[in-house]
Amino acid sequence: MNPRPDNRGAAIDLESVTKAYGAFKALNGVSLRIEPGEFMTLLGPSGSGKTTTLNVIAGFTDVTSGKLLVGAKSVVGVPAHKRNIGVVFQHYALFPHMTVGRNVAYPLTLRGVEQAKRKRRVAEALDMVKMGDFAHRYPSELSGGQQQRVALARAIVFDPSLLLMDEPLGALDKKLREWLQLEIKRIHRELGTTFVYVTHDQEEALVLSDRIAVFNRGRIEQVGTGRQLYDEPATLFVGRFIGDSTVLRGEARSDGTSTALTVAGETVTAPRRIAGEASPVMLLRPEKLTIRRPGKADAGANRLSGTIAEAIYLGSGSKYEVKLGDGSTAIVRSPLTGESFGLGEKVELCFDGADAKLLPDDCTADTTLT
Amino acid sequence: MEMKPLTRLILGLVCLLVAIWLVAPTLVVVPMSFNVNKSLAFPPQGFSWQWYQNFATNAEWSTSFLNSLKVASIVAVLATVLGTLAAFGLDRMKARPANLLRMLMLTPMVVPGVVLAIGIYAVYLDAQLVGTLPGFVLAHTILALPFVLIAVSANLEVFDRRLETAAASLGAGALTTFRTVTLPLILPGILSGLLFAFATSFDEIVVSLFITNSYLKTLPVQIFSSITRDADPTVAAVGTILLCATTILIGGGMLLLGRERKGRL
Repeated sequence: MNPRPDNRGAAIDLESVTKAYGAFKALNGVSLRIEPGEFMTLLGPSGSGKTTTLNVIAGFTDVTSGKLLVGAKSVVGVPAHKRNIGVVFQHYALFPHMTVGRNVAYPLTLRGVEQAKRKRRVAEALDMVKMGDFAHRYPSELSGGQQQRVALARAIVFDPSLLLMDEPLGALDKKLREWLQLEIKRIHRELGTTFVYVTHDQEEALVLSDRIAVFNRGRIEQVGTGRQLYDEPATLFVGRFIGDSTVLRGEARSDGTSTALTVAGETVTAPRRIAGEASPVMLLRPEKLTIRRPGKADAGANRLSGTIAEAIYLGSGSKYEVKLGDGSTAIVRSPLTGESFGLGEKVELCFDGADAKLLPDDCTADTTLT
Repeated sequence: MEMKPLTRLILGLVCLLVAIWLVAPTLVVVPMSFNVNKSLAFPPQGFSWQWYQNFATNAEWSTSFLNSLKVASIVAVLATVLGTLAAFGLDRMKARPANLLRMLMLTPMVVPGVVLAIGIYAVYLDAQLVGTLPGFVLAHTILALPFVLIAVSANLEVFDRRLETAAASLGAGALTTFRTVTLPLILPGILSGLLFAFATSFDEIVVSLFITNSYLKTLPVQIFSSITRDADPTVAAVGTILLCATTILIGGGMLLLGRERKGRL
């Protein structure tokens, strides 16, 4: 991370924050440091605690225990309307009885900003989100994407040192989402404010974020840049949540420096081992696997045989889902220049043991997480 | 669905009949009010304004009209404030106790008016509220409250409470949020509640007959006693005035609402 010298964002510190609803812990000891001006994404499946974390920072939800500092000051017990934090909601939450202009002016009016200055700042904020021509329209006259841009303008017009966004693009279609992602990135660059962004879409997280915090069951599994999470997942959950992956489970043997895994009669090895009692699994990224027709002898490399279960043409290449001997599915990407394979064809998957990540099994079912 | 011309004709005729059936008794009053003779005969004979004149100059009529106006205005304000507060409280309560309380507050609509009137009369005799302004206001407020509660509740149901969260994030405290966001958005419900409360009090007759005396009469009581005493076409004149007033009020309100809605969509 390289904090900008001119940034005006606030740092956020969460220290063992817990939020309990009766016996259920929506947040279970979450600690996270967000740097000034950083774009931090809270990523996780629904119910993982990412939105609760956002609500705790915004002041919509009280913490049960733990510390929360915004800009080095504790805000525990400070009501939401006194925190001076901008929030963008998935459902836009524009006031339907006010025009776009009055919506954006609302936080300035509350702060007693005089009219001439207010007008100028509203115009600036609307220009920033490219909605300058819509000041006199009502929210009901705008499309979803336009409404969300107005909501963004309203959340930044009062210069908050922190902007929270709760799945702001969740209700929009893919094309619009991709375009607005770039817009949000640009606005983050121009403002220098700290952004905290909640999403369950890992691709969106990778596009936008400086760093990503992966949530699971009320805890943070790992915090890191997209590359760190993809290349060096700390847990199986993170490995499977970020990007495509193949998980190999089987009978494991460890001899101090390497681990051998027997999957449906075929043994593969990796020059690593894991500490602890948990049984190890191997996690492989699609580009680390090569696919070929069986029979070619190639001593040394790890080999697994399987059947093509799905062949997907991606334009830039092909993606194959290969059913392995134990019934699990491997995902392979192959370039256009390579051989192509048909459904039901017997194939062989090869990989370098050094490319396999060894992780403790978390015993979750091998289904695709979304 | 496409309709055959014959079906369309029959449907139109039936609608027309129903409409006439609904409106006719009310419209009969209008020509009767211009009768020359002192009778409620239909069709009326001749044309004169004398009954309107009588309504304006006869103290019995004008006093009762002003009484009704006074009572209904106070009731409308009181019932609207109480009903709105109640609707809010119930909206933000847990569902089960809220439903029980709501049912309790709506009972004045279900309980037969006569039963309610007897109860109120018995209590008022002891409390010496018969024939007093506070007595009328209290009794009518009980009857008007459910209408406000229903109207405001219906509006709160469609009100998006997440807008209040958004307002808080923008720096608005609870009171400011209510004033600038919640109130403007549920205002149609409050206004229609106000209108209903006013109308409920203004034309209330059953309870009023029990708690009235010679010191305080409301317009419906005056109409009732007048028409049971003699056939005075002033009743028809009053009826016509009320008909015009309510038509203008409700029609105007609907026009205003319609225009505002169009402006927003």
